[in-house]
Amino acid sequence: MPFDVQSLTPALPEIILLAGALALVLVGAVFGERATGFVDAAVIALLAVAAVLVIWLPGERLTAFGDSFVLDYFSRFFKVLVLIGAAAALFMSVDFWSKERLRRFEYGVLALLATAGMLVLVSASDLITLYLGLELMSLSLYVMAAFDRDNLRSSEAGLKYFVLGALSSGMLLYGASLIYGFTGTVSFAGIAAAAKGAQTGLIFGLAFLFAGLAFKVSAVPFHMWTPDVYEGAPTPVTTFFAAAPKAAGIAIFVRVAIDAFPGIVPQWQQIVIFLSITSMALGAFAAIGQTNIKRLMAYSSIGHVGYGLVGLSAGTVAGVQGVLVYMAIYLAMTLGTFACILAMRRDGKAVEEISELSGLATTQPLVAFLFAALLFSLAGIPPLAGFFAKFYVFLAAIEAGLYALAVIGVLASVVGAYYYLRIVKIMYMDEPRPAFEGMAVPVRIVLGLAGIFVIFFFAYPAPIVAAAEAAAKSLF
Amino acid sequence: MSPDWPVLSVTIFLPLAGALLIFLQRGDDEATKRNARYIALWTTLVTFFISLFLVAGFDRSIADFQFVESYPWLGGTFRYQVGIDGISLPLLILTTFLMPISILASFGVEKRVREYMIAFLILEVLMVGTFAALDLVLFYVFFEGGLIPMFLIIGIWGGARRVYATFKFFLYTLAGSVLMLLAIMAMYWQAGTTDIPTLLKHGFPAGLQNWLFLAFLASFAVKLPMWPVHTWLPDAHVEAPTAGSVILAAILLKLGGYGFLRFSLPMFPDASEFFAPLMFTLSVVAIIYTSLVALMQEDIKKLIAYSSVAHMGFVTMGMFTLTEEGVQGALFQMVSHGLVSGALFLCVGVIYDRMHTREIAAYGGLVNRMPIYAAVFMIFTLANVGLPGTSGFVGEFLTLLAAFKVNTWVAFFATTGVILSACYALWLYRKVIFGQLEKPALKDILDLNPREVAVFVPLILLTILFGVWPGPVLDTSAAAVAALVRDVQSALAPAASSLVQLR
Repeated sequence: MPFDVQSLTPALPEIILLAGALALVLVGAVFGERATGFVDAAVIALLAVAAVLVIWLPGERLTAFGDSFVLDYFSRFFKVLVLIGAAAALFMSVDFWSKERLRRFEYGVLALLATAGMLVLVSASDLITLYLGLELMSLSLYVMAAFDRDNLRSSEAGLKYFVLGALSSGMLLYGASLIYGFTGTVSFAGIAAAAKGAQTGLIFGLAFLFAGLAFKVSAVPFHMWTPDVYEGAPTPVTTFFAAAPKAAGIAIFVRVAIDAFPGIVPQWQQIVIFLSITSMALGAFAAIGQTNIKRLMAYSSIGHVGYGLVGLSAGTVAGVQGVLVYMAIYLAMTLGTFACILAMRRDGKAVEEISELSGLATTQPLVAFLFAALLFSLAGIPPLAGFFAKFYVFLAAIEAGLYALAVIGVLASVVGAYYYLRIVKIMYMDEPRPAFEGMAVPVRIVLGLAGIFVIFFFAYPAPIVAAAEAAAKSLF
Repeated sequence: MSPDWPVLSVTIFLPLAGALLIFLQRGDDEATKRNARYIALWTTLVTFFISLFLVAGFDRSIADFQFVESYPWLGGTFRYQVGIDGISLPLLILTTFLMPISILASFGVEKRVREYMIAFLILEVLMVGTFAALDLVLFYVFFEGGLIPMFLIIGIWGGARRVYATFKFFLYTLAGSVLMLLAIMAMYWQAGTTDIPTLLKHGFPAGLQNWLFLAFLASFAVKLPMWPVHTWLPDAHVEAPTAGSVILAAILLKLGGYGFLRFSLPMFPDASEFFAPLMFTLSVVAIIYTSLVALMQEDIKKLIAYSSVAHMGFVTMGMFTLTEEGVQGALFQMVSHGLVSGALFLCVGVIYDRMHTREIAAYGGLVNRMPIYAAVFMIFTLANVGLPGTSGFVGEFLTLLAAFKVNTWVAFFATTGVILSACYALWLYRKVIFGQLEKPALKDILDLNPREVAVFVPLILLTILFGVWPGPVLDTSAAAVAALVRDVQSALAPAASSLVQLR
């Protein structure tokens, strides 16, 4: 079969990112630490180019590599999210690394490789591509978690993440091999055609596969790594974790469920409902007692994955649309919140205790205002964006008749509101402490954009809702 | 007859402009504070003035929604749609009327004035929006959004236990509301739309109605509040700053009553009839129990807060008689209670500002030093009791009349509540105002200053005007209420006749 270069077009963004990563490694190796600034700028530029390409590549549904890689509206939506998340997280990280004297060119390259892995993951339409993307992403993330290698907590986070991640990859592979064994194919379309009834072996494979994916998105009961890694990893890395890989993980979760197993919806629905309920409940209750804001955000992210999975539980177009809207809004809220966390610096050191925010409304009213808006949004209070995120997933759950799930979900959101409100209370109602150090410009920009998005989403929600709808329809 | 400019939307969103103006002010000096106060006052005054266009252009002879504006919003059938009818207009005007008064009453606030005024202006947007929304999702957004500014108002500018009170307020209300949100979604999938005028005519299946009714009840019962989910209210009222208490008692509680009138009764008529005995029971318990509790209070604000719960009991009782008098009375009672309880909280605020205590025992003999204040407090105390000639009488009388027709025992027990309300209100008045001025701290307390007089005058005028001539409110709502009751009764008629056949 003659090789046609044109057939690689759909993967152009990934190819550019990977080629760029390799080139930047060389640049870094030749010029050493002097090249760090250039590498960081180049990484963000590459991510931007990739985002433009993802949007502008013509055609509704493009495939490459013998249908194992697909670029449809669904993957485009998530690729844009991933790229925005990664770029914003990197953009904000530069200042932190310089202040902590940890600025190295490898960080940008690793983030670039991880992002490329996520893009592959989002586009995967067979189990091999899925694993390839997942591992490229995960291996880079393990190293990133341990990036502050002289710091005990960071090394511990990296190691923990690696050991548990390897275990989950093993489970995922085991599940994939079972599925291959019982359907005779690795392609999602082939699996969908073969998996019509509830064969025990196939269900086993499905359960293992979902367990692996649940680990990557940190859904309960596969969430144990999240609080430790979020807390231990340097804050920019946590920001990166919370923003980009989460979106990619949810994307592939949805794609596998909808694309590969449409014949056995009731079977996987049970699993997803269980993951969703336990995640929402644990996220809400476990966060209450936290004093470290990064750890709190870890539990918060567990809860939010639970809400996202409510949409997937419905298994309908409306449900998938809900997931997409949710992840888009969640991305903005996460980036904004972590911008605030990155801004928490006093006496040349980053501080992470929630009590350090005490009285922020007096010392830095604008930051406190935006942070409060983000927190109310995370709690899902209208008219902020977070409400609409929850609205769409629960709308789908009600349509699908999942009343118990919806009731538990909204009640968990009331419990969850408590710990977000507690931060607002600390900022607005407690005695002020000395102001934080001045915020770096990139952090300001991201916080400002995220705040504006969250506050004014209600005024013009149409573009995101419509894009999510088109993306959701492309899966069915 | 709507004018060619979007008068309703302007009324809703104008306070945002004021909030933005204050937001743009910089600094923390006296000038900024003064600017913030006056911008807020003028914004709310202009908003009130514009809302009068709604009164002027409102056609009282038709029951339909007027001043309707509708634009695409969330995609699908969720629209930005607002409009008013005879039920929402009185409450909307009550809101725009009370806002400048609350702002004026807050001129004494010295702590973070900018944020305070912004919070109140945003709260006004959300409250007016709630009364005007003609789309369920839009309604929910406004309804629930009000929690954020109120959370901050109580939490930042409140009394000693403000944090506890504001969390309780927020979480209680949120827990009730989220269930209503799910009911809204279920209605959307059942009826295919969240357009309120369409839903009013939709006719939900009887079985589903009960569930939807309960979900809405969870939200409105907390908001109103009804016994036994009223416990957040004494805390929130007591700890809130004066203007916060005023808005809370006068308007936020009415959102619950308005919700019953707008949704529960007309959309779930079968369920309303089915649950009417429950609602009567809860109303009567609220009236008697909270009146008795009010008798035992040592804190002035707490006493008035419990009295609010009792008065809201009359509102629910009147509504669920499903008669015209009952619904009219309930609506009137809400307007009247808005004026009277708001004024009472302002009265408490006056002496609290001077003495910084709300203990009843700390006062006594105020009439000797504060004759004007004594007179003002007297008027509102009597209006709270429901003395004929004050607005409080009309609502209680109409609801009791309606209840008497439907269920004599309900009326009987509710009437004892009127007596009890006289007990606690007059007792409070005697303790605070009459007697010898013995407390040394009170020796040089000052009477009302001109600003405070300006706050009370409009309230006194309206309380007495509506007491002797309730027409302005009752005529406005008559057509809408008549249509509402007619629709409910006609929806119930087939069910009743089938029962007759079964016999």
